[in-house]
Amino acid sequence: MPKQIHLAAHFPGVNNTTVWSDPASGSHIEFDSFREFAQIAEAGKLDFVFLAEGLRLREQNDRIYDLDVVGRPDTFTVLAALAAVTERIGLTGTINSTFNEPYEVARQFATLDHLSDGRAAWNVVTSWDAFTGENFRRGGFLAQADRYDRARSFLQTALELFDSWRGDEVVADKDRGTFLADPHPGAFAHRDAFFDIAGQFDVPRSPQGRPVVFQAGDSDEGRDFAAAAADVIFSRHSTLEAGQAFYADVKGRLPRFGRTREELLIMPAATFVLGDTEDEAAELAHEVRMAQVSPATAVAFLEQLWNRDLSDHDPDGPLPSVDPVAGENTIARGRASVRMHRDPVATAHEWRAKAEAEGLTSRELIVEVTGRQSFIGTPATVAATIDEFVQADASDGFVLAPHITPGGLAPFVEQVVPLLQERGVFRTDYEGTTLREHLGLPLRQPGGAAAAAS
Amino acid sequence: MTHTPLHLVAALEGAGWHPAAWREPGARPRELLTARYWVDLAAEAERGLLDAVTIEDALQLQSEDPFAPDDRTDRVRGRLDAVLLAARVAPTTRHLGFLPTAVTTHTEPFHLSKAVATLDHVSTGRAGVRVQVAVRADTAGHFGRREVPTVSRDRHDDPEVQRFVADQFDEAAEYVEVLRRLWDSWEDDAEIRDAATGRFVDVDKLHHVDFEGRSFSVRGPSITPRPPQGQPVVAALGHAEVPWRLIGRSADLGFVTPTDAADAARLVAAVRSEQADAGRAEETVHVFGDLVVALDEDEATARERLQRLDEWAGVAFTSDAHVFTGTPSQLADLLGEWQQAGLTGFRLRPATLPHDLEQITRGLVPELQRRGLFRTGYEADTLRGLLGLGRPANRYAAQPTNA
Ligand SMILES: Cc1cc2nc3c(=O)[nH]c(=O)nc-3n(C[C@H](O)[C@H](O)[C@H](O)COP(=O)(O)O)c2cc1C
Repeated sequence: MPKQIHLAAHFPGVNNTTVWSDPASGSHIEFDSFREFAQIAEAGKLDFVFLAEGLRLREQNDRIYDLDVVGRPDTFTVLAALAAVTERIGLTGTINSTFNEPYEVARQFATLDHLSDGRAAWNVVTSWDAFTGENFRRGGFLAQADRYDRARSFLQTALELFDSWRGDEVVADKDRGTFLADPHPGAFAHRDAFFDIAGQFDVPRSPQGRPVVFQAGDSDEGRDFAAAAADVIFSRHSTLEAGQAFYADVKGRLPRFGRTREELLIMPAATFVLGDTEDEAAELAHEVRMAQVSPATAVAFLEQLWNRDLSDHDPDGPLPSVDPVAGENTIARGRASVRMHRDPVATAHEWRAKAEAEGLTSRELIVEVTGRQSFIGTPATVAATIDEFVQADASDGFVLAPHITPGGLAPFVEQVVPLLQERGVFRTDYEGTTLREHLGLPLRQPGGAAAAAS
Repeated sequence: MTHTPLHLVAALEGAGWHPAAWREPGARPRELLTARYWVDLAAEAERGLLDAVTIEDALQLQSEDPFAPDDRTDRVRGRLDAVLLAARVAPTTRHLGFLPTAVTTHTEPFHLSKAVATLDHVSTGRAGVRVQVAVRADTAGHFGRREVPTVSRDRHDDPEVQRFVADQFDEAAEYVEVLRRLWDSWEDDAEIRDAATGRFVDVDKLHHVDFEGRSFSVRGPSITPRPPQGQPVVAALGHAEVPWRLIGRSADLGFVTPTDAADAARLVAAVRSEQADAGRAEETVHVFGDLVVALDEDEATARERLQRLDEWAGVAFTSDAHVFTGTPSQLADLLGEWQQAGLTGFRLRPATLPHDLEQITRGLVPELQRRGLFRTGYEADTLRGLLGLGRPANRYAAQPTNA
């Protein structure tokens, strides 16, 4: 039996894959865009829609970064509204564990799970910086080293809250006049270095018991956090080799936490460009890349690596001749990716060598080195490649990030999904009603035990 | 005599406001946590052309003891987050406004601001929020972030407790100020999508709000663009001077709890005075009277029904608001009379759901319409529009210069 593939849809927006300048690109805020996007995904029987989150508008050179889409709605509120216009598809929200409190987040996810009949999922992210903290009264921000300690404690506390109702308390027996079987439901007490809270949780147990838990960090601590506590990892590693390495690494960590390989799914973010022929797809993909990297965006990318103001740099000329400013990245704030440049000077030298060897302008170089296009080709080759990657344990599926809002997912749903269904590796209809069922994950009993298969 | 139409809001809460409401034959106590139940109630409110519904909430389990859990098993216990409930229901309606309750004491104004802005986006301009403070020690214990004096009945007049409560309301006013600044932190035309320069927004039209209050600061701008209404409607309930001050300073809509027409006049004057003190005399601030209503086609039936509910509850029903028992037509008389005292509308709390809501929409509303006291069709697409509030200018937008 081949592995079944899991597919999801990332709502486009504040990132550098979204092409807002395309005439077909619609609003990233109006609810109609979300409705249309989710309904396309649901028509394709995808597992879930996914919303990212960033709690402060990104800045570069002390100005709001205005070259990507700017602005997004509130994650919980959109997902609750989407529950009204969809029936089966899962609803995954990215919610930060630094700038929230467990009691409130737990009641929001439990509420979402009730209102969607069991389709809620929580992508736990840990952005911790003081820059973002300035938007919050708690002012709280963390030392980088503490981010996963707080996240672990936060998630553990939230799970205790979800589990504080067993599920059999509400009897609502009108004749006897008994509403509750338990006079003091939802009791909890949690004390550790981060939270000292106690009382009664006020949302009775939701259909999934616990929402599905996602993790999206990439560090060693992040991987351990996921291996210990997540149901799904949303990763960046969408190529075959990097995917296999990440997959083996994380699945290999599971036994240490007493968990089996089936208990954690790996779903990298992936983009796609489809064409009637391979050549047409490649051409389209190049056009998309050029749209993603405008001349101004190329300079902005350079600034992020060079860690200095390059606003006078000519994007159609060679790379800057000066070296990057070493040390803490101060040019770009509110984005996680700048920390990925571990040795900026070495990277700059590599880029210069590549640009000179291939005769590339700054912009052309950026188009090459920041390219994150995963699947380019005819529907048949894209379907075959996705299937191959999953069967080769590069992932358990993909979170597709179309570049056009809201219609960019439609070609994939119309042309690739049927081919995956023909291959027998993707569902032809939803079998269950909850997201846990779509993902093949067990429902959760209080205390975390998986419900016995019935 | 000319008639000014009055406004009507239905206050949704569990199975209704009577503690035994859930035992009524028509009650749906097993469905209180399902979307279907609330969708049906909102549809009924919209059928009756109501301005809006409020949705109760608190960051703790319901309790009849105002200061501590009561451990009762014969009352509705357990609930859902009201903002998310409103978001789930809004797309199923077209005209009805939504005023979910949100607690200011333990939550982040940045999060609530974008949540209400988003509710306004998903409802295309029908959102608001009813703000509420939380003074209970058990609620504070769910967050563990602040010390709270034990508030109890016998300490009610204790100066320490009074100061604490007043502080929470002052903080709520600051909180609303942050909500409002964040809603304005994007100018309406900030999104430019200028392909020539590659710029998605005009950063000169995004504004730091730089709020510095007594106990917190917020930098901004919001991550969510300005909502369709510009400023969603802010509402608050008040029974005393301290909350009336919050209404006068911060709200578009105040709920008060008169016992009769003379009391209504007194409460309206009290709110107007706070409004003037806050320098807002020229702004429209609605003052609605709150009433619990138990309605039937004849008065005797309504009384019998309330009596039966009281027997089930084991106690005669009392409320912070006047409890009206009678016919829709009698209620219309009373609303007309209280309107003359200066109230511009009413928030009706159905004693039972869906029965008393249906009595409002199918009995009271036609009666008020006959008297020229209520709309016969929705005249606006937004909640501000229904309430006769204009779309406000953005406080950060450059003023047009006088030539
Ligand atoms: C694919 C991917 C997507 C992410 N999406 C978000 C996001 O939407 N919002 C956010 O605040 N952080 C996001 N992050 C950042 C992380 O979740 C994480 O909290 C941060 O990178 C710190 O953890 P780390 O050091 O383990 O990477 C994302 C990370 C990855 C790999």
